[in-house]
Amino acid sequence: MSRSIRPKLAVWKFASCDGCQLSLLDVEDALLEVAAVVDIANFPEASRAVVKGPYDLSLVEGSITTPHDAERIHRIRRQSKTLVTIGACATSGGIQALRNYKNVDDFVSIVYAHPEYISTLEKSTPIRDHVKVDFELRGCPINKMQLVELLSAYLNNRKPNIRSHSVCMECKLKGTACVMVAQGIPCLGPVTHAGCEAICPSFNRGCYGCFGPKESPNCSSLSSRWTDLDVSKDDLIRAYRSFNAGSESFRRESEFHEKL
Amino acid sequence: MNQEKPDTNNIFVIKKDSLAGLFENITKAGYEMIGPKLKDGTICLDKITSLDDLPVGITDNQEPAQYRTKQSKSDTSLFSYVVGPHSPKRYVFPPRHQLWQINRVNGDQQIIAQPLPKTKLAFIGIRPCDLAALKITDRVFKGGKYTDAHYTEGRANNFILAVNCVKPGGTCFCTSVGTGPKAKGDFDLCLTEVYSEAEHFFILETGTKLGSKMISGVTTKPASKAKLKQADKLLKAAEKNMGRQLETDNLQQLIYDGANRVNWEEVGLKCLSCTNCTMVCPTCFCTSLEDTTDLRGTTAVRTRVWDSCFNEDYSYMHGGNVRSSSRARYRHWISHKLAGWVDQFGTLGCVGCGRCITWCPVGIDITEEVVSLKKRIATKKAEATAKER
Ligand code: SF4
Ligand code: SF4
Ligand code: SF4
Repeated sequence: MSRSIRPKLAVWKFASCDGCQLSLLDVEDALLEVAAVVDIANFPEASRAVVKGPYDLSLVEGSITTPHDAERIHRIRRQSKTLVTIGACATSGGIQALRNYKNVDDFVSIVYAHPEYISTLEKSTPIRDHVKVDFELRGCPINKMQLVELLSAYLNNRKPNIRSHSVCMECKLKGTACVMVAQGIPCLGPVTHAGCEAICPSFNRGCYGCFGPKESPNCSSLSSRWTDLDVSKDDLIRAYRSFNAGSESFRRESEFHEKL
Repeated sequence: MNQEKPDTNNIFVIKKDSLAGLFENITKAGYEMIGPKLKDGTICLDKITSLDDLPVGITDNQEPAQYRTKQSKSDTSLFSYVVGPHSPKRYVFPPRHQLWQINRVNGDQQIIAQPLPKTKLAFIGIRPCDLAALKITDRVFKGGKYTDAHYTEGRANNFILAVNCVKPGGTCFCTSVGTGPKAKGDFDLCLTEVYSEAEHFFILETGTKLGSKMISGVTTKPASKAKLKQADKLLKAAEKNMGRQLETDNLQQLIYDGANRVNWEEVGLKCLSCTNCTMVCPTCFCTSLEDTTDLRGTTAVRTRVWDSCFNEDYSYMHGGNVRSSSRARYRHWISHKLAGWVDQFGTLGCVGCGRCITWCPVGIDITEEVVSLKKRIATKKAEATAKER
C-alpha cells in the first residue's frame, strides 16, 4: 500500500549501551525501505533533525535508573500512540539490574570521585514497570530481523510473528544437535525466550539467556540438571544474573540458590 | 518410494566396497542422497554424496538426556549406531515450508502457489522405527479426505535404502511397539550388516522393483543359508537387547483412566516445556501458520512452521490458554501419543525410537512415565478397596 502520510517514528534512549537502537541502522538494505515507509522523526543516533511529537510509534531502549528518567518516560508515553520497548534493558532492567541485588550507594561511593553528584535510583527497572507498553522486543541485543518484522507488522496492522517459546525449538528447527545432551555443556536454552535463532548452540556453546525467560520457564528443573552436570552454585547464580538479571523468574531462581 | 508389495523375495549378500556401486546407481538415477553423517560428534541426517561420507567405526551411547558417540580406529562397520536427533521428518515435512505468496500488482492481488517439491530424495540407512514413522505420517498427510499436496509429492519422489538394527540403543524400544529391529517392508532396499573382526558383509533385501533395478550392475551374490542365519541371529539378539520397554497391554485405557491431574504433578515439575521431545519425534506433526508481509505491504507470504503442544501459544484460544502448565502439556502429549492417536489414526503415535528420551534435556522417559502411571493407579485402587473394607 502506498501511504500518503508516513507514520512518525521516534527512538528513545534510557540506561543502555545503544546496541539495540543501532540495530535499526544495521538492517542494511531494509533501512532504505524503512526510511521510505516511516518518517524517522526523532532518532538522535541517526540524525540531528528532530520533528516534534506526537509520534505514531516510539521505540524505547534502556531501563529506568534515575529519578529524571522515571519522569521522562511518562512524557514519552504521552507523546506516543504506540510504544514498543526494545532489548533486555528496556524489558527486564538489563545488566545494570545487578544493582538490584546490592545496595546501590555502596557502588556509587566506590566508583565515583564525587558520589554527591550522582542521583540514581536503588533499582534498574524495565519500562513496563513505569508506563503501559504495547509490545516488547527481547534480546541483548535485539535481533534486527525481528525489528524489521515488528515494523512490518505495525505498518500492515497485523500481529508480529515473534514467538515466545524456548531457544531449544530454534535449535531443532535449524537441526542443531543439543549441546547439553550431546556434549554435556550447560545451556539456558530450555528456559530462554527464542529470537536469536540459537546462535550459541550452533557454535557449540550453551545459551546465555540473552532474550530472557521464555513463557512459563521452569528454572528449578533446569538448575537441577545443571547441578548434575557439575555446575557450582556460584556459576548457577551467575548464569541467571546476566543481561536479564532483573527478570522475575531468573531473579527468583538465583535468589533461591543464593539462600541454599 | 513405490508402495507395491515386494515383487520377488530376492535376498543377496553384498560387500562393503560394492555398496559404492549402489550409491552411484542411486545418484545416477537422479536422487539426492540423505544419510547418516557425523557432525560435532552427533550422527545427523544430512546430504551425502558417496560411501565415504558415512560414519565408519562409530558406536553411540544413548541414555535419558545423554548422547555420545565413540570412534574406534580398528572398527570398519558402517551402521553400528542407531538413530540420532534427526529423522526423515525434516526432509519430507520441513521445519519451515512456504505455502504461497500474494503480490499486490496495480491494485490487483496475484496469488503465487508454492511449486510442489521436485527433488528426488534417497534416504540411506533409515531404521525400521523411522520406516514405521513414515507410514504414520503418510497416514496423517496422505490418508483420508484432505491430503497434503506438498508432502504427497515429496514422498512420491523418495527412494529408501533401509538398515536393520543389530545394535539397539540405550533408549530404543521398537520391539515393544512392533516396529523393529527388522524392517517389515516399506523400503526399496534393506541392509543387515554382519560385522566381526573375521568378516564383514551385508544381507541385501529388495522390497520393490525400483530397488531391484537399483542393484543392477552392482556385485552381489545370492545369500547362502549360513549367512542368512548369521544375520537372523544378530537380529534375534537385538530384539532382546532393547534399552527400554514399553508396556502396551491395555495402554490406551490406562492413559485415559489416568487423566486426573494428580497423576501428572511430578512430571509437570520436571518438564521444561522446551519442545525438544516433539521436535525430535518422527511422528509429531503439529504446525502453525505464519503470515508475513514486507514493509510496504505489497507482498504477503504464508509459511508453515513446526509447532509443539508444549508451547503456550499453541493452545491459546480466545480468552486464554487451555494448557498453561507443563503438567497439562505433558499429559496432553503422552495422551495423544499413546491413546488419542489410536482413536484418531488406528495406531500408536509412538514407534519406539527413543529420541524423546535421549533428547529431553532433563531425561523424562515416556516408558517410565507409563510405569509410574500404572503404579499410581494401582495404589489408588488398593487404597480405595482398603477404605471400603
Ligand atoms: S542446545 Fe540448549 S537451546 Fe539447544 S536444544 Fe539443547 S538445551 Fe535447548
Ligand atoms: S514418542 Fe518418543 S519414542 Fe515414541 S516415536 Fe516419538 S520420539 Fe520416538
Ligand atoms: S518432556 Fe522433556 S523434552 Fe519434552 S518438553 Fe518436557 S522437558 Fe522438554
